[in-house]
Amino acid sequence: MIEQVSRELLLPGNVSLDQLDQFLTQAMGPGIDFADLYFQQSMSESWVLEEGLVKDAGYSADRGVGVRSISGEKTGFSYSGDITALAISQAAQAARSIVRQGQSGQVQALARVHFNPLYVADNPILALSSEEKLAILQQADTIAREVDSRVKEVTASLSASFEQVLIVASDGTLAADIRPLVRINVSVIAEQNGRKERGSAGAGGRYSLKTLLDKSLAETVAKEAVRQALVNLEAVDAPAGNMPVVLGSGWPGVLLHEAVGHGLEGDFNRKGSSAFSGRIGEQVASSLCTIVDDGTLADRRGSLSVDDEGTPTQNTTLIENGRLVGYIQDKMNARLMGHGVTGNGRRESFAHLPMPRMTNTYMLPGEHPPEELIASVKKGIYAVNFGGGQVDITSGKFVFSASEAYLIENGRVTAPIKGATLIGNGPETMQKISMVGNDLRLDDGVGVCGKDGQSVPVGVGQPSLKIDELTVGGTGE
Amino acid sequence: MSQRNIKNQNHETDQALSEQMQSWHQQLPECAHKVLELASQKGASSAELSVSGSRGLSINARLAEVETVEFNQDQSLSLTLYKGQRKGHVSVTDLTDKALEQAVDMALAFAEHTAEDSFAGLADESLMAQQWDDPQLYYPEPFDVDRLVELSLICEAAGRTDERITNSDGAGFYAGESTTLYANSHGFTGQLWGTSYSASCVLIAGQGELMQRDYWYDSNRQWALLSDPEMIGKKAAERTLSRLNPQKLSTGKMPVMFAAEVASGLVGHLMGAISGGSLYRNASFLKDRQGEQLFPEFVSIYEQPHLIAGVASAPFDQEGVATRNNVFVEQGVLNQYMLSSYSARKLGLDTSANAGGARNLRITSTGETYEQVLKKMGTGLLVTELMGQGVNMVTGDYSRGAAGFWVENGVIQYPVHEITIAGNLNDMFRHIIAIGSDVDVRGNTQTGSILIEEMAVAGA
Repeated sequence: MIEQVSRELLLPGNVSLDQLDQFLTQAMGPGIDFADLYFQQSMSESWVLEEGLVKDAGYSADRGVGVRSISGEKTGFSYSGDITALAISQAAQAARSIVRQGQSGQVQALARVHFNPLYVADNPILALSSEEKLAILQQADTIAREVDSRVKEVTASLSASFEQVLIVASDGTLAADIRPLVRINVSVIAEQNGRKERGSAGAGGRYSLKTLLDKSLAETVAKEAVRQALVNLEAVDAPAGNMPVVLGSGWPGVLLHEAVGHGLEGDFNRKGSSAFSGRIGEQVASSLCTIVDDGTLADRRGSLSVDDEGTPTQNTTLIENGRLVGYIQDKMNARLMGHGVTGNGRRESFAHLPMPRMTNTYMLPGEHPPEELIASVKKGIYAVNFGGGQVDITSGKFVFSASEAYLIENGRVTAPIKGATLIGNGPETMQKISMVGNDLRLDDGVGVCGKDGQSVPVGVGQPSLKIDELTVGGTGE
Repeated sequence: MSQRNIKNQNHETDQALSEQMQSWHQQLPECAHKVLELASQKGASSAELSVSGSRGLSINARLAEVETVEFNQDQSLSLTLYKGQRKGHVSVTDLTDKALEQAVDMALAFAEHTAEDSFAGLADESLMAQQWDDPQLYYPEPFDVDRLVELSLICEAAGRTDERITNSDGAGFYAGESTTLYANSHGFTGQLWGTSYSASCVLIAGQGELMQRDYWYDSNRQWALLSDPEMIGKKAAERTLSRLNPQKLSTGKMPVMFAAEVASGLVGHLMGAISGGSLYRNASFLKDRQGEQLFPEFVSIYEQPHLIAGVASAPFDQEGVATRNNVFVEQGVLNQYMLSSYSARKLGLDTSANAGGARNLRITSTGETYEQVLKKMGTGLLVTELMGQGVNMVTGDYSRGAAGFWVENGVIQYPVHEITIAGNLNDMFRHIIAIGSDVDVRGNTQTGSILIEEMAVAGA
């Protein structure tokens, strides 16, 4: 793989693999104790259908190299869109200017990192013809409109990207990865008696567009979008105040991403700015909760064979039976905290600095059938789909917004309610999880996580959960 | 494809360009014309592109030490072309001849496969900006790492004088410059240069489970007009300390005042709902509402695209159409939508020169100061932070996480957190009862505090 990726990334600018240790030496310099180079080429394609027509199609391409020099807690960073010896040297000089005195670190002999590839190395864009891609979108449109005549608008998009990366570091790391990523999204607007509501759904992963076609995901996603829109047409005002909340399995795992995951990222904990800082070994969630971050699941959107620092990904237990046992680490923060790396060093592109980021974050299943969770609630809500979420990692406050939810009255699911924001405090809310379902499910492959202005694809998952008390932001009684 | 020239190319800016800018000043027009020519030769019936370059330096210092030094330099070209009524687009960062030729070929290949769309195409030639005054967006300064590090350290130190400030996420500065050129096959070319400077400080107060964080920042096109770094640090400290020991509010209906720094979001929701894309897709609660009274009579919302040194000033929009002073809401009435030429054609209207959005958006004030708006509210919730994305553009339903202060008789009593505020934008707009004179001048949308008569608040 290293040979194939080097041909694509290095050869056009007359750079060879043998030169990379020289560039690392340039990025080291006085006082620098670690340096790395991240070469990347990415291409992506998207097709968009609206009003029954595929009106727009586009392609984008980007390539370049990022150079990072680290001295203790200090980081210098520069990048270039040109992959030539001159451009890399200039970037290395800029990056190492962060410190100008001290001992020069040594560049270790480069050795290939061994790992098991978790996804195919083929370009997903080339797997289908343009005609086949158009047909997928048209099928989604036709199905959405056929399911129910109240569907008035259908927007569908298909996207595929193909990324090749090459990573070398002064600690001797030499790794390459080839990363496909595909996604289909359908959004519909249904109308009834003058009332309009939206429903949307998506699916994807690190596989070929052909797989998306073979799995008939266009049909699944179109039907799901319509179902949600029709449910919302009947929705009544959401209640306001504190009440028990049952969360469905799968995508509602965005709760864990916000309430727990971000707060366990190594950078925040090293700096002591997270509500979870210094709490390793403490009970931070109810004993029913075991939560992992697992980058090793084949074909999944949040997975990586190696992270963006060349560390193979792993399945890291973060919380075990409610006890905090681990953080999410990249090289710099692991080293400064004296912890091991966990394969979570990720970056949006060569033009961004790596940070500790989640991969696929989920909770392991419990023992209750999901019906038992609902039956145990006298008055509360059952939330099964969410839009985005957000967290303040310092105070632990998190929010996430329901896009499909129902009232629970006397142990039974009754009327659908309008979208409402749920708000809580991460460590407190996790203590209030009183029942965990036996129905673990991962999301369908649509998650995007933002941190410090950088977006990366992620996955979430969970079994159904019962939270004894959470604040629901409706307008009703 | 015609290549008729309109006389306005390559407007000179008053200020001297930096070395990098000089090279982009030469290269970008050449690159643009080469690509348009190539598109025409290869069979495109029309084409448009934007090509841009930017570079900058960003510094962050934390706990009295420099933490990161980042240099950025980017260039990219985004091309849209048409074959008859079929469209294709490509964006690339490699601007070499070979890559650009490939880009044109790919865009043409897409235009073979997309559907005929009778509304597709460039904006009308007659609408292209003809002549304009330099909006004066470019104020170069030498980018000096040492100087920005020193200022970052000063900024953070000013914020850490109170011992209750227990930690810091650092203070930082950004200095950057950029240029964007738009050209199309009508023969229109327009290029703008701009600088941007910003400073910010993020602090943490309290310990353990009682920790709170807050921040302050400033940004400006002119370095000289950026707030004093010590002031930014102090303001960040003041805001962070004011959040210590928050309480929850009990659930109920009450007046809500959006502080100026979060009130711009409300104007943003209006603009999202009156933008052409939401309207022709039937995805807006303001569809078919032009001419209706949405706000009280004292509310007007308008844009000023020709402000000198404005954050978003531009003489032409992203289709080359001459920008103008649109009044979107006049005395409370929805006066016009925000349209590009495509969405305008879809709706049977004319473009409002808003391809790329509104520029320097303003809302009228009712004249009260911040204190007077607090007084007018009397007893209620002052919101200084909003969280989450709970706004539904199709229905206008609004539900977001919030933090702020409990106010009694116009006086702040204590910080509150872990609450939500909810309503419907139709009602919220109609029940605005004051817009303060305390305008937050840092962003594209500038407003004072906005007081809403009643919203549903959920808490303990």
